[in-house]
Amino acid sequence: MSMSSGHATLVASLLLCASLASAQLNQGRPVSAEELTRLDITILPDGSGLPSGSGSVATGAQVFAQKCQGCHGPNGVGGPFDRLTGGLGSLTTDKPVKTANSYWPSATTIFDYIRRAMPRTAPKSLTNDETYAITAFLLSVDNLVPNDATLDAKSLPVVKMPNQNGFVAWWPKRK
Amino acid sequence: MAKSRFDEEIVAGNGLLHRRTMLRGGLLTAGAAGSALAAEKIGDNLPEWMRKPGREFSGYGQPAKAQEGWVRTSANVPGRPKTSSRTPLHMLEGTITPSGLHFERHHNGVPDVDPNRHELIVHGMVKRPLAFSLNTLMRYPKETHVRFLECSGNSGGFGGATPVQAVSGEMNGLLSCSEWTGVKLTTLLDEAGVNPGAKWIIAEGGDADSMSRSVPMAIATDDAMIALYQNGEYLRPEQGFPMRLLLPGIEGNVNVKWLTRLKLVDRPANAKDETSKYTELLPDGKARQFMLVMQVKSAIMRPSFGFDMKGPGLYEISGIAWSGNGKVAKVDVSADGGKTWAQAALTEPVQSKAITRFRLPWKWDGRPSVVMSRATDSSGDVQPMRSSWIRQFAPGQGYHNNSIQCWSVDADGTVKNVYV
Repeated sequence: MSMSSGHATLVASLLLCASLASAQLNQGRPVSAEELTRLDITILPDGSGLPSGSGSVATGAQVFAQKCQGCHGPNGVGGPFDRLTGGLGSLTTDKPVKTANSYWPSATTIFDYIRRAMPRTAPKSLTNDETYAITAFLLSVDNLVPNDATLDAKSLPVVKMPNQNGFVAWWPKRK
Repeated sequence: MAKSRFDEEIVAGNGLLHRRTMLRGGLLTAGAAGSALAAEKIGDNLPEWMRKPGREFSGYGQPAKAQEGWVRTSANVPGRPKTSSRTPLHMLEGTITPSGLHFERHHNGVPDVDPNRHELIVHGMVKRPLAFSLNTLMRYPKETHVRFLECSGNSGGFGGATPVQAVSGEMNGLLSCSEWTGVKLTTLLDEAGVNPGAKWIIAEGGDADSMSRSVPMAIATDDAMIALYQNGEYLRPEQGFPMRLLLPGIEGNVNVKWLTRLKLVDRPANAKDETSKYTELLPDGKARQFMLVMQVKSAIMRPSFGFDMKGPGLYEISGIAWSGNGKVAKVDVSADGGKTWAQAALTEPVQSKAITRFRLPWKWDGRPSVVMSRATDSSGDVQPMRSSWIRQFAPGQGYHNNSIQCWSVDADGTVKNVYV
């Protein structure tokens, strides 16, 4: 093969690449960083994505009594909807009690779920401060944070959950 | 046993016939010769719908009146909110679920999404964060596939200590199968440009719950689709209109409806529905997380609870099989409580990750019997017995129950759910 035909092949393959690239339709609307800041509510277990703000156990107890207790019961037990607290140490027994405190591996999940989905009749109506406060209150019921705790983006992800090492990833084992 | 293929050939215990046996009715006797009175009108002996004009055309057709009552059902537990509605599988035939009967599972109601104000945003570890509206997605190439969707809590009732006596649709109806049309997810990922290191995609719905799940990149780049059409129509609102994530073979909850955001990240989010729910507690107190693939499974619909047998004779055993690993390879049926098995006929085409109908003729002699089906998929996986399935998990664990189901037939034809 001569140099010139080698060049021709190279040029042809570059042209082919160019035509494949132009198969991109480019119909998507570019999204600005500012827009993403508003829309991105994802929180990861390491705390990335947690917003500013903070809330204390004491405030959380008040907000919980007002906005959550009707469905979840006092201290998160005994309501018509999911039980949230207690059950620690029950997972290996004949009657496992899976609550946020006994079962959920990451404290960030409690904040994330309350912020996006609760209360059920008015989801996304709580302030970040209220959400931190309710989270702090729930964790305090099982002494996972002290009764005088205040939680924020820095302190929430380091709360040690009793079942934080209790999950075994099945994926990608597949069978 | 040497018989022609259309004769009765018993191939397994208690009267199971070869799958290619043809069920024939008796010979029709010739009708009586008609008399020819001059005054006779041919309408005299015909039903009224043949003697008057029928209804006008209609804009959107409705099911036959005789189909009244073929509706989705919801378990009604006093004091607890309803969480799902189920497909009446026991009434249906073939493989496709009518769109209006597709099972529903949502976490805070069906949102009434305005398609002109809804966008899917792809962002995170990408070169170009992009938003796609329904109209925008219409510009992209599409694919069409028949795929089942199954909630991982489906058939959880078969794990209970005593057999529940309920129709199969109530037991197994968190399962449906549709023809889906949409844009391959990889098409949109290519548009946004995936950065190296992205291993998971957090998918989020635009409902009151903003339900979200973490999807491994290998699943997202396999056969995942942004579904826009279901059985030729726009998605039903209950199924995620205007767009949903469709991950063939993957547990229903991850197929996020009203899809509004896909964030590419390097680790899962531990979202509520991949920790609190849809995880499987094991006997040692640990829990399986991301058990995503729906395993090989089958269920007999005829006979089943609610469809009692009417005396000895020839019957067709009919049921459905499916697997998140690929195609159904074969379905074996037993009519003697699992002692002997015969291979059922599969209705073509057998499609990957879709419901497959199986059938087998059965000459029931009227004695008490137990019928069951056992599916094998193209990966070689075989449906487990209930006892061995249960042993894998902590007490009360109900997700991913793909164990073999058994119906007993009493001498009087009554059909019941039993454990063997």
